[in-house]
Amino acid sequence: MSLPHWSYVAMLLFCLAGTLPLVAVFRLTVLRQPRRLALAVLAAAVPFLVWDFFATRSGQWRFDPDQTLPWRVAGLPLEEVAFFVVIPLAGVLTFEAVQAVGRRARR
Amino acid sequence: MSYTQLAVLAVLLAVALDQWGLRTRLTSTRAWWATYAIIVVFQLLTNGWLTGRGIVRYDPDAIIGDGRVPLVGDGRLFYAPVEDLGFGFALVLTACVTWVWLGARR
Repeated sequence: MSLPHWSYVAMLLFCLAGTLPLVAVFRLTVLRQPRRLALAVLAAAVPFLVWDFFATRSGQWRFDPDQTLPWRVAGLPLEEVAFFVVIPLAGVLTFEAVQAVGRRARR
Repeated sequence: MSYTQLAVLAVLLAVALDQWGLRTRLTSTRAWWATYAIIVVFQLLTNGWLTGRGIVRYDPDAIIGDGRVPLVGDGRLFYAPVEDLGFGFALVLTACVTWVWLGARR
């Protein structure tokens, strides 16, 4: 695999690098609630993965094999499946960080 | 249905889940909109990477645009189809709504 194959992975790592530090900075308890977090991620990921699966299968969009890793899950790049874990996680962390800022401001 | 129609539907369903389904009403709070303001900037950046480089490519028949990939214009913003904004909004709102709902139930 050449460097361009990691293009989508790079985007996912960027999202994690931008949001995981929020846990330490704002002392978020998100990662200490694995069941709640997993359910929230699943509730968002499952319907969107179903949508993604049918949209990809019907050709509404497609993925460049030269810029993704070779592994496919139901026709989707592994990164695309990971996307639906990373983005909901990034969303929840951002939301909780915003709440933490609000709590600090009110104190 | 086209991606355009599905993206609009996804936004409506996510807001309905928030306002009436689980009654979390995040879309009535400043915290949610502040969160979204941050997220949409990073969505434009990261999605611009995915679409501008052609990691993801769209069928022109499914979107407003006609298949060109300009920075802005032809139904695109930061290279990505504007439909992606609906997709991203609905995805993140659904995750946050479920997260808050599960927290309130504990």
